[in-house]
Amino acid sequence: MKAAAPNAFRTRVLQRGAFWVFRFATYFIIACASYVFLDIGIKGSRTVFTTTPPFINVAFLSERPQTLYVFDFEGKKETLGDQDFRKWKAAHPDAVVEPATVAYSAGGIWPCIVGTALLVVGSMTLALAIGISSAIYLSEYSRSGPWIRLIRIAILNLAGVPSIVFGLFGFGLFVIFFGWNVSLLAGWFTLGLMILPAIITASEESLRAVPQGLREGSLALGATKWQTIRKNVLPYALPGILTSSILGIARVAGETAPIMFTAAYAMRDEMPWQVNRVTDFVFQGVMALPYHIYVVSSKIPQNEYTERVQYGAAMIFLVLVMLIALTSIVLRERSRSRLSW
Amino acid sequence: MVNLMEMPTVAVNPNPPPKTSDPSVSRTAPAAETTKGIIGIEDLDFAFGTNKVLHDINLEIPARAVTAFIGPSGCGKTTLLRCLNRMNDLIDDARITKGSIQIEGIDINDPHIDVVDLRRNVGMVFQKSNPFPKSIYDNIAYGLRIAGISKRSLIDEAVEKSLRSAALWDEVKDRMHVSGYGLSGGQQQRLCIARALAVEPEIVLMDEPCSALDPIATAKVEELIRQLKTRYTIVIVTHNMQQAGRVSDQTAFFYLGRLIEFSDTRKMFSNPAQRQTEDYITGRFG
Repeated sequence: MKAAAPNAFRTRVLQRGAFWVFRFATYFIIACASYVFLDIGIKGSRTVFTTTPPFINVAFLSERPQTLYVFDFEGKKETLGDQDFRKWKAAHPDAVVEPATVAYSAGGIWPCIVGTALLVVGSMTLALAIGISSAIYLSEYSRSGPWIRLIRIAILNLAGVPSIVFGLFGFGLFVIFFGWNVSLLAGWFTLGLMILPAIITASEESLRAVPQGLREGSLALGATKWQTIRKNVLPYALPGILTSSILGIARVAGETAPIMFTAAYAMRDEMPWQVNRVTDFVFQGVMALPYHIYVVSSKIPQNEYTERVQYGAAMIFLVLVMLIALTSIVLRERSRSRLSW
Repeated sequence: MVNLMEMPTVAVNPNPPPKTSDPSVSRTAPAAETTKGIIGIEDLDFAFGTNKVLHDINLEIPARAVTAFIGPSGCGKTTLLRCLNRMNDLIDDARITKGSIQIEGIDINDPHIDVVDLRRNVGMVFQKSNPFPKSIYDNIAYGLRIAGISKRSLIDEAVEKSLRSAALWDEVKDRMHVSGYGLSGGQQQRLCIARALAVEPEIVLMDEPCSALDPIATAKVEELIRQLKTRYTIVIVTHNMQQAGRVSDQTAFFYLGRLIEFSDTRKMFSNPAQRQTEDYITGRFG
């Protein structure tokens, strides 16, 4: 048997050490994820779920945010939302109370859910339409050259722009220069532009992954280029494009910075469909979940009554993003199963 | 890439005017016995960018016969084949630098020619079988549907006809709606042949159609090629000289981008006119 190498001990320690560093780094991620989801899940479920049927806090999901009134009356602490407080006042015309008010901490987050859904649908439609078109151009039509290299550099640079810069850009161009004001339209374009590089890159990769033999086979049968793309390239790239759009949705729904100057209101009494003319629809600002969480977490004085909406909104937000992602996954599997590889 | 969609549509004239150019023996193919071919290649030079890959090719390919292109790897035989249905249009910087290709007397590189019509007339089978990820039926129907045929009965009829032509009908008639990917390698290649036949081309180009197949599947495809030549003009590129000997009527031998010899297959394999051909056929190089 050979004698042990002189540095065998050191080698073994390094080996064990490296193993534990990598292992710890991996478990650390799980620990963080668990903490975030458990914290939001536990505290949020106090708001979202109830102990009496139907066990879900319907009011929180379906009502508008209201100011919370907190006061003592006949030795009992009352916490009432705006509407309930008025009713209570009507029922007790003689009572003299000096309630403390907490903004947005009663009622629900329904307008925020609607606003976020509108922002996601509009900006993703815009980003997918422009993104898939330019991915098709880059992958199927363009010839390599300095012009195309410039376009690729532009896409890469666009991907690196911080979201707050997109917000300022959207504010300057769409809100001020185009005069769209704080509106859904401005938000759609700002968010759509923000997500565009990711959509283009992912779509182009999916298109390039379609074997060249399928294009040649189709062209050799007398198909035009567009027929080939539409019938024999795009359908096979679609699952990949949808996968990438899932990530896009999560980002669009979650970004606060691009919409805080362009599309989001802290509080709005009307719902988005309560507009005078149909054309006003796209020119109205909306409430949005991430901006609402920002407002209730940092724009109002914090006390024990503010946590309810903060965590409730955060949990609903997570669930919503998961639902959207789930829909995309179902769509992707559908379009994948229609192909018979 | 040439934008195929923006080209004006000019149907290929089925009755070409008599051609005046001299169809006699070409310079580089001294042994060729030329009859007036359906495909005429004249003084063709072809380059990828600055890299010239075909030099001065002159060739008359006869109708209703099998013509084999043989030669070592990189000799330009596949490039020439892909010139015949302008598949090289797909490659950036690839272009014909001199000469012309005429099919049925019409210059196929004329800017007024619609490449879609050309490719419908000149079908192609590829080295790697490339069935579409669709059902067997939809694979065959693809070419008809993009040609604007939507009548179910017509498509049904054409699907059966081309599968019978490709000797695949009996094997797949009970599973027309399962994926083409479920077939064996040999069946997939015959499916691709059937798909090419469905649009009723005059000419079928085959780019090493058996290179990925086992001997039994190869034998079936070769038998099929022999049957098809009564109705189609077939040009086949092959690495396999025995295969060229078995299936082809005419053989063209290429070396380093030049056509060395073009003659009757039996003559070439028994009594080649050129020394290089003999060396290649007898296995001394290549």
